[in-house]
Amino acid sequence: MARDVVRSTLARWDTVLLVVLAAVVVVAGVLVEGFASGRNFQFLLLDVVAIALIALPLTLIVITGEIDLSVASTLGLCSAVMGQLWVAGLSLELVVVLVVGLGAVLGAVNAVFVTRFALPSLAVTIGTLAAYRGLAFVVLGDQAVADFPFSWTTAASSTVGGGSVPWAAVVTLVLAVVFGVVLHATPFGRSLYAMGNNAEAATFSGIRVARAKFWLFVVSGAVSGLAGVYWTLRFASARADNAAGLELAVVAAVLLGGVSIFGGRGTLLGVLAGVLLLGAVRNALQLADVAADTLNVVTGGLLIASVVVPNVVGMARTRWRRRQRTA
Amino acid sequence: MSQHQRTVRVGLIAVLALLVTACGGTTRGSDDSPTANQATGQANPDAALVEGLDVAFLPKQVNNPYFTVADGGGKTATEEFKGKYKEVGPSEASASSQVSYINTLSQQQTDVIVTSANDPNAICGALNSARQAGAKVVTFDSDTKPECRDVFVNQVTAEGIAENQVKLISEQIGGEGKIAVLSATPNATNQNAWIELMRGELKKPEYAKIELVTVAYGNDEDQKSFQETQGLLRSYPDLKGIVSPTTVGVAAAARYLSGSEYKGKVALTGLGTPNQMREFVKDGTVKSFALWSPADLGYLAAYAGAALASGQITGASGEKFKAGKLGEYTIGADGIVVLGPPTVFDQGNIDKFDF
Repeated sequence: MARDVVRSTLARWDTVLLVVLAAVVVVAGVLVEGFASGRNFQFLLLDVVAIALIALPLTLIVITGEIDLSVASTLGLCSAVMGQLWVAGLSLELVVVLVVGLGAVLGAVNAVFVTRFALPSLAVTIGTLAAYRGLAFVVLGDQAVADFPFSWTTAASSTVGGGSVPWAAVVTLVLAVVFGVVLHATPFGRSLYAMGNNAEAATFSGIRVARAKFWLFVVSGAVSGLAGVYWTLRFASARADNAAGLELAVVAAVLLGGVSIFGGRGTLLGVLAGVLLLGAVRNALQLADVAADTLNVVTGGLLIASVVVPNVVGMARTRWRRRQRTA
Repeated sequence: MSQHQRTVRVGLIAVLALLVTACGGTTRGSDDSPTANQATGQANPDAALVEGLDVAFLPKQVNNPYFTVADGGGKTATEEFKGKYKEVGPSEASASSQVSYINTLSQQQTDVIVTSANDPNAICGALNSARQAGAKVVTFDSDTKPECRDVFVNQVTAEGIAENQVKLISEQIGGEGKIAVLSATPNATNQNAWIELMRGELKKPEYAKIELVTVAYGNDEDQKSFQETQGLLRSYPDLKGIVSPTTVGVAAAARYLSGSEYKGKVALTGLGTPNQMREFVKDGTVKSFALWSPADLGYLAAYAGAALASGQITGASGEKFKAGKLGEYTIGADGIVVLGPPTVFDQGNIDKFDF
């Protein structure tokens, strides 16, 4: 019964978000000059790709009740290493594979602390947030590596058939489908919700909690590494400070997408809607010449609303049900 | 291998596979090839400045005092040639944060984009897209790669700084004695170039009696610069003067000197802003120091943008344009315009500046 309530609320949050997203797009398209154009959608999608990518594994992690705050630092370190490896003369194909592998290793470090030493992931990944960013500066200092081949840097922002859909967005969408299937259509995915709701019960029912979490952190690291490759090529600049602070945008998108910060609830569709909603709002406000600081306030406000609104709605419904039952 | 383990591994492999195919697929498009900086059209030096130009200033960071003043100069100029001025930009100065703002300006059909680049490469693609959409791009303060903008307005040349700093310290110590440099970080490109040129300048006969004994590094931190100044005076008791070509360093050094027995005895000059140095000039710690005027820098950049958008210039070397009260400027090699020698501030003029 309780679970049904949770499920229906969730389904609603997805729908609510998609409706809000559609409304924002329509309103901005009418009111904001320059919003409703192919080029602008291309810019918008290019801007949200990195956030969307990292949000995919993070969604799964948050559903198990854990968190990974080291994602943007992993991206930065991978970007810095990518620059150094390229300077060292390795082929770019090999560099990309190594960098994604490095991301996986960095994720594994988080995983070891969280699963083997049973430390809270919040503390562990705040630690590696600082440590990986520090390492990035050790690797590349305040220099930038920029002489990547032109064909690769343009590839990062090239579009399908020269239209307005970037290839990067297509790749992200395909990955989203993969993650969506894993989360919503496999026993593994369902076990993640069980872990988030009650890790102890999940353990007793035979789910290997530690092992599942271990691999989730590894995948999170690898995808952050992949996002690092994208970021580096898109901005044609490998830098230690790349994507600094992006972890907040990703967490905001995941929470706005309806994933409970306490674990056990959330859908990937909701998260994608959350990513796009945040991106569209920022894009529209920017086109309307709203100042950067105001923009940050709006984003923060949306985040708070995303945490408060479902809770208030949930409480109201429970109360209403109880009253009906007693009546 | 358990069920979920397999699923995760399959997922991992899928990620890698996709990555490889993505790279294979994406090399096809090449939509924004770099536009050459060379003149594409004919410049008409006699063309009138177009009225009603949309001029957007995109600083490294909004709410940064330096850029607030520089952009203010741009606003003054834009009002003079009857354009529409606005300032937009990110709240943090990271490498890629300016890109979405450039895209937005391009989307808004802005005529002139004046920007100071956080990273010489990260905004290149976006600037070239904007130029293809019709915008003229002027960089000021910090340049991008030359092929990504039409004109770069440089505050001052490195030679100009070296010449100016050596001249100021020489005047203050009477052309004779030991001097030291208090720099920012050991790997600061600008600083190192200036210090190298200063060494060359000191080889001139008129500076033969001046000896540069050491270079100290304050890392552009107030505390560290303060301590390094103290250290310099302890290590070289007969030191005559300090040159600190960094705004943080020169202010910290002035604060140390003003509270010590060396006040008025050890000369100090460098690059600083009038507001941070005013009290030290007034209390006699510092006779004179220099900096370019950020307001003039923004003013000149706005005029360069208007001249580009009006067809007076195309960005080619040798072209000339008029920049209001600053007079006529000539574009140098690589599309660079130099604002001029740094402004020297002393007791006589410091109260005329507020930045």
